[in-house]
Amino acid sequence: MKRRLLAIAADGALILYFVFALFPIAWMIILSLKPPNELFSTYFSFAPTLDSYRTVLGAGSDEGVPFPRFFVNSLVVSLGAVGLSLVIGLPAAYAAARWRFRGSENLMFTLLSFRFAPELTVIIPLFVLYQKLGLFDTYVGMIWVLQLVTLPLIVWIMRSYFSDLSPELEQAALLDGYTRKQAFFKVALPLVKPGIAAVSLLAFIFAWNNFVFPLILTSSEAQTVTVGALSFLGGDRPKYNLTAAAALVSVIPPLLLALTIQRYLVRGLSFGAVKS
Amino acid sequence: MSSSLTETDHGAASHGGSGPPARVVPRWRRGLRPYLLIVPALLLTGGILYPFGLGLYYTVFDFAASKPQPDMVGLANYRRIFGESSFWDSAWVTVLYAVGAAAFETVLGVAVALLLHRSTRVGRVLEKILILPLMIAPVIAAIMWKLMLQPSVGVVNYLLKPFGMGGVQWTDTPAGALLSSIAVDVWVYTPFVAILALAGLRSLPASPFEAAAVDGAGWWFTFRKLTLPMLWPYVLVAVIFRFMDSLKVFDIIYALTEGGPGDSTVVLQIRAYLEAIRFQRYSFGISYMIVLWAVVYLVTMVLVRYLGKIQNRAAEVPK
Repeated sequence: MKRRLLAIAADGALILYFVFALFPIAWMIILSLKPPNELFSTYFSFAPTLDSYRTVLGAGSDEGVPFPRFFVNSLVVSLGAVGLSLVIGLPAAYAAARWRFRGSENLMFTLLSFRFAPELTVIIPLFVLYQKLGLFDTYVGMIWVLQLVTLPLIVWIMRSYFSDLSPELEQAALLDGYTRKQAFFKVALPLVKPGIAAVSLLAFIFAWNNFVFPLILTSSEAQTVTVGALSFLGGDRPKYNLTAAAALVSVIPPLLLALTIQRYLVRGLSFGAVKS
Repeated sequence: MSSSLTETDHGAASHGGSGPPARVVPRWRRGLRPYLLIVPALLLTGGILYPFGLGLYYTVFDFAASKPQPDMVGLANYRRIFGESSFWDSAWVTVLYAVGAAAFETVLGVAVALLLHRSTRVGRVLEKILILPLMIAPVIAAIMWKLMLQPSVGVVNYLLKPFGMGGVQWTDTPAGALLSSIAVDVWVYTPFVAILALAGLRSLPASPFEAAAVDGAGWWFTFRKLTLPMLWPYVLVAVIFRFMDSLKVFDIIYALTEGGPGDSTVVLQIRAYLEAIRFQRYSFGISYMIVLWAVVYLVTMVLVRYLGKIQNRAAEVPK
């Protein structure tokens, strides 16, 4: 009897935590469906409408916030950043996993230090530099600076995947007359494909969720959703329903992607420090 | 399932030269190969280190929007920072935030992981959505909570009204603003600790627990003497990540309180933002960031060394 009560209490505690974790999301859905005149007059009873989404997603919205454009910008810079990091990071990760050479550990730790460096240390000089170079508020500028987020993640995690791979497979391929390049592309790379997929999605999510870089290094042309969602709160009359709708629209891509890579998250989140 | 926590082993390192290559490649070119592979990464790293170096260089000038032709001022920026009470206030708020957030997240995250580890029917369903808050951009999370914590029309005060505390001025008092910011951090990042701790729990060996059960050890004894020590390396990874990240918190505070009320939640990155971007005193703002960067770097070194020691000790325990 006592055991049973304890089990129920434990499940109850768990449910309590999940109410705390999920309520804000549920409340945003409610807020986003409210018509403006019922925003503050009631809490849980109202006549739902999709008007907020129409305003937020409407290209020429009367609020003057080009949210669809921000959404496309987020997509372009996040995809671009992950693509560039993969092209540059995969060979580096492979080299660091397969050869012990002078400088490899230094490079790895420099990359890791990017992960922990306060972003503004680099952004403020970049802010000055970008103005001079004409990279301020451009896709290229954003993709470059987002490497701070995506490159360390991809190199560190892919090195851990390559290290787990037995080198004997590539040895065998070399003996069969493959070149080193072919062994990499036809043997090693296909074997770590699940890892590449998972780390790419995770890097995409982190790039998408980034806020400091677009806040300081863009103004309108290349601005992303994380900065854009704040703009409905400005002005003399904060628009709660539009803010909620914008927030929800901007979290949909990362949430959907996250649910597809659950299995690989542990290694990704810990930079390869914990495997499961 | 691998028990290796550190990434120092290189698998079969130095195998690049062994085995007869199919096509004869000159030795010097083979030796060069790893370097060629990392050249792009090196270049890109240089592209990021360059602005950092440039920033460091700026700090010995008095470069600002109002002074486009700066003069060399030596270490005056740093002397000014350490002499100003606003720096020490910011540093104190930053430490409070980082310690508070990391501590709450660790306790709550480990508790959630332990509850989920029981794998009840409820737990298995909830585990699938554990990740959700962590994948929401912190700035968006802060916006969401800002709407909910609004004193007069926010839903939190509405829900608290039946309990006789409907008028809490959440983000409008200094202590409330700091606690609210920490609460948002806890909301976003508790799943991070829980996910890593749960992975740790699932990889613990079964035999010590079976032995303890045979000996009739109680739950608390098992937890304190077995679970916690064996789980600690995993939790420590999570704690290090959370503590380091909280030291450089920006998004959550920017969106939730903008550093207010007054200066009560101006953490170091917010202070640097205000100085460098809002007031356009570039050199002075960057100096703030160099100081924070140095602190973060030192703390990382100490914590990572401690982590290595813990992991080595854990690896020595026969499993």
